[in-house]
Amino acid sequence: MLLDIQNLKVEAKTDTGWTPILHGVDLQVNRGEVVGLIGESGAGKSTLGQAALGYAAPGLRFAGGKILFEGTDLLSMSDRLRNNFRGARVAYVAQSAAASFNPAWRLLEQFCEGPQIHGTATRKESEAFARELYAKMHLPDPNNFGLRFPHQVSGGQLQRAMVAMAMACKPDLIVFDEPTTALDVTTQIGVLASIRQAVQSLGTAAIYITHDLAVVAQMADRVKVMRDGREVEEAPTREMMAAPREDYTRSLWAVREFRRPERKLADDAPASIRVAGVTAGYGAIQVLKDVEFSIPKGATVAVVGESGSGKSTTARVITGLLPPQSGHIEMNGQVLPARLQDRSKDQLRQIQMIYQMADTALNPRQTIRQILSRPLGFYRGLSGKAQTERLHELMDQIELEPKKFLDRLPGELSGGQKQRIGIARALAADPEFIICDEVTSALDQLVAEGILRLLSRLQDETGVSYMFITHDIETVRAIADEVVVMRYGQVMDRGMKSMVLDPPRHPYTAELLASVPQPDPDWLTRRIAEGAA
Amino acid sequence: MELARTIRSMPFTAMLGIVVIAVYAVVAIFAPLLAPYGEAEIVGAQFEPWGGAFLVGTDNLGRDMLSRLIWGARNTVGVALMTTVLAFLIGSIAGLLAAARRGWVDMILSRIVDILMAVPSLIFTLLALSALGPGVMNLIVVVAIMDSTRVFRLVRATAMNVMVMDYVEAAKLRGEGTWWIIRREVLPNITAPLIAEFGLRFCFAFLTISALSFLGLGLPPPLADWGGMVRDNASLISFGDTTPLLPAACIAVLTVAVNFVVDWLLHRASGLKD
Amino acid sequence: MTEPRKRHPLGRMIVQRLAIGVFTLFIISVLVFLAVSLLPGDIAQQILGQSATPETVAAMRRDLGLDQPLITRYFHWIGGVLQGDFGKSLANGRPVADLLATRLPNTLFLAAYAAVIAVPLSVLLGLLSAMWRGSWFDRGVNTLSLTAISFPEFFIAYILMYWLSVQWGWFPSMADPGSNPSLMDLVQKAFLPAMTLVLVVSAHMLRMTRAAVVNVLGAPYIAMARLKGVSKWRIITRHALPNALAPIINVIALNVAWLITGVVIVEVVFVYPGLGQLMVDSVTNRDMPVVQACALIFAAVYICINILADVLAIATNPRLLHPR
Repeated sequence: MLLDIQNLKVEAKTDTGWTPILHGVDLQVNRGEVVGLIGESGAGKSTLGQAALGYAAPGLRFAGGKILFEGTDLLSMSDRLRNNFRGARVAYVAQSAAASFNPAWRLLEQFCEGPQIHGTATRKESEAFARELYAKMHLPDPNNFGLRFPHQVSGGQLQRAMVAMAMACKPDLIVFDEPTTALDVTTQIGVLASIRQAVQSLGTAAIYITHDLAVVAQMADRVKVMRDGREVEEAPTREMMAAPREDYTRSLWAVREFRRPERKLADDAPASIRVAGVTAGYGAIQVLKDVEFSIPKGATVAVVGESGSGKSTTARVITGLLPPQSGHIEMNGQVLPARLQDRSKDQLRQIQMIYQMADTALNPRQTIRQILSRPLGFYRGLSGKAQTERLHELMDQIELEPKKFLDRLPGELSGGQKQRIGIARALAADPEFIICDEVTSALDQLVAEGILRLLSRLQDETGVSYMFITHDIETVRAIADEVVVMRYGQVMDRGMKSMVLDPPRHPYTAELLASVPQPDPDWLTRRIAEGAA
Repeated sequence: MELARTIRSMPFTAMLGIVVIAVYAVVAIFAPLLAPYGEAEIVGAQFEPWGGAFLVGTDNLGRDMLSRLIWGARNTVGVALMTTVLAFLIGSIAGLLAAARRGWVDMILSRIVDILMAVPSLIFTLLALSALGPGVMNLIVVVAIMDSTRVFRLVRATAMNVMVMDYVEAAKLRGEGTWWIIRREVLPNITAPLIAEFGLRFCFAFLTISALSFLGLGLPPPLADWGGMVRDNASLISFGDTTPLLPAACIAVLTVAVNFVVDWLLHRASGLKD
Repeated sequence: MTEPRKRHPLGRMIVQRLAIGVFTLFIISVLVFLAVSLLPGDIAQQILGQSATPETVAAMRRDLGLDQPLITRYFHWIGGVLQGDFGKSLANGRPVADLLATRLPNTLFLAAYAAVIAVPLSVLLGLLSAMWRGSWFDRGVNTLSLTAISFPEFFIAYILMYWLSVQWGWFPSMADPGSNPSLMDLVQKAFLPAMTLVLVVSAHMLRMTRAAVVNVLGAPYIAMARLKGVSKWRIITRHALPNALAPIINVIALNVAWLITGVVIVEVVFVYPGLGQLMVDSVTNRDMPVVQACALIFAAVYICINILADVLAIATNPRLLHPR
């Protein structure tokens, strides 16, 4: 056995003292084996992964247990010995390569630092090895790639360069901490392929940390499920995918079952909002080029695209925050003033917005009552008893008990509850149309599904139309009637969900769909065979 | 309960700071009752030694040193406090306006502040005072304007951080006006750093005014004022008499106390980031 | 290299900074000029006193060029300044430039004396307390520096004077260097004022240096270096310092402001014949040409040092050194 973590306890510093965040966890890794760690945020995956290097992040401390590497306890080692061990025997790949590379050093220098301080190779040898790895990872111009600085390289390439750097000392074990989470799906697939190829060709053991079930299925031989600093269960990947034992694991597996049937809309259904030939940008930079689509009354239109595709900019044009350079926005057939300031109170009331981060969408210093009663008073002049009645009605609609929640501050609510308050604030205006900006992507999967169900029920009850901005195809499949696919600020394809997605009509849609990892352990192998990466 | 827990978690230095500030406040408020003699009353010979009728002796004109120290608390601290309040009014209104309006309002205000901060503030203050002439009002206004530049920068930066929050965007989309957004969404979220800044700015104003008084350009005589008292009696130092150090120590103890409290406030606000 | 060389962003940014600096200097010179020109009362009247006849006042005004429009007067004044002609002192009629010639070197010597000690000392202390964050050393340095910045400059000065000069007699309390002193003489005589400045400036500088370094040490690439097994010392010297250099340079430049403030007060305390004392005396006498000259020199020194710091900070930024 290579790594044997026994009954590990880790504590975090808080205002009042130290609170445990890992409650005695075991983890075994054999030579050449890849173990997946999966769980929702706060499960303690990263803390456990970093413990494999004998490292506790600032504000954390080890409170018990053993971390045995080939039988030696990392916790009872001297700092010097542990430093000799880190990087040489166990290496680490961080989530954000852009932040984790030193901006003042060339990539090759950072690659060679490990071998130099650990004395595992001469400078010449490690430079040659770097070029070899860069080539293996399909990085452009591998002979000169290392001469660049981190800011001169794209995100996907940087992440691959970090994988290469982790291999510089030919370690026995590499900890991958969500290495593709920050990347777009079409970039992610290439990085996944590179990681797998590199790990296999060197025979390195690995701990692969992710919250994405489909990703871990591609990478790991064995999977450990974690929750709230404890192990839920552990089994070989295929076994666990086929037959999860614990309820919690099953719930993770089952989250993607919500599917709202696509509703067929008449061709002449009146449009709630029409984006008419909008071109917009910031200064000289053009972000949107001639964007055209409409959102029928009572329907859900999903706008999909990767980062930089212009989805959010479109929302800013609709709300009037960013007046377009040409084109306009229509609501119920009438052209809206381009600037927010020129719109009437009633026009403003009709268009509401729900945000991705419920944390920044609610003022932390206002109670839920204050947050929700402002739109009631502002738009409809409700006060006193009428206001209280409507408040209770809204809380019932979002399935939160009014008595319990109205006088709390947002900080006292969970992520899902906060997102529900965001929904209630939008509903309080009795809008015609709501923009949902990545409303589920910051939430854990079970909670996210609850939000999708709630939104779809509210639509049935009130007849509001939704524009659903998302990068996640599964969300689109779950809730949309129509789909708009965007890339580089242009609409690639639009139409009914079934027409656009099944089978994909536009080549870019096809690429997007094919890049989304599937919870099938053979998916990546198949995609590589098809020549995707 | 909250308060009790806060007090218990307070470091010794912060607790000491609060006690010292309270003592100064009491002395300043009740100066007429506490001082044995009048502020400008000549009660003895020049430079009388410590002890006897005059606990810490008399000054260069034969006025009771202790009485003047007590009156000084009222004058020096009072003027510094007024200056700080004025600096805060100017700085925070301009800063909030710049953060909320952006565009040319922000441009102009920020460039003015850049210019004022491009020169060490004492130099500007000396220049302005020599042009305007001496006087308490001139002193307060000039120091307050110089001090307000820092308030402006802090308020603008923290308010900008709040202005980009989605809840502010939500308020804008609702159709709320600038002042409503500032009052209801922005201000409640920046009070913590502002309170700490008030302490820092007070120290700055207090030290600047004391320095100017020491240079003979501060509060006009015969007002008792700690900086000026150091200057009046400085010659005693060469004779091994520490009397002129007393008013200077009065200044130092108060600024140390305020700084200890501010340091604790800032540390608390930064949470576990450090 | 057949394609035409693109304009380097580094060069462009440096030119931009220099332009802003020159513009700031121009604005400051206008402000300094206006401070006097908008003065209530008439300089000519002030020079000649209340007993002067209207005719002599008018003649004086013509002599001083006060009958010219403001803009003409500004360019006349600034033209003179650029050639080293700051006008004549109202107090004694001597050319201001002569006064400056004896005072300025003294002040520059004192400031340099203090800076040579304060800069390395405070950068080192700031670095160490950032490295040993939370240790007794850090807490001690924090409390001491907090106390030092809370003390009025003249308090520190008199404390040093009382103990080191009056009580123990190690150093002279009056710091007049006299004429043609030797360097050793100067170092000895200016020791107390220089030490006062060192204490004042170091306290500010080390706190800001610590903050800058702590900020860099919190970056993910530092955590990455630790996970690569890089030793603590190497992390500081090789990973953190190259990135902390720009903020530290800025901290040093910013603290020249405290040095200048300190110089003015310290010179008065120790009766050191420098620019600061000259300025304070002239403010008291409302000797405006001298006040103008002193303010302009202090401002120019500060602005130039800050431009230099900005340029250095730009020049050590890898993103600008190696554009995409």
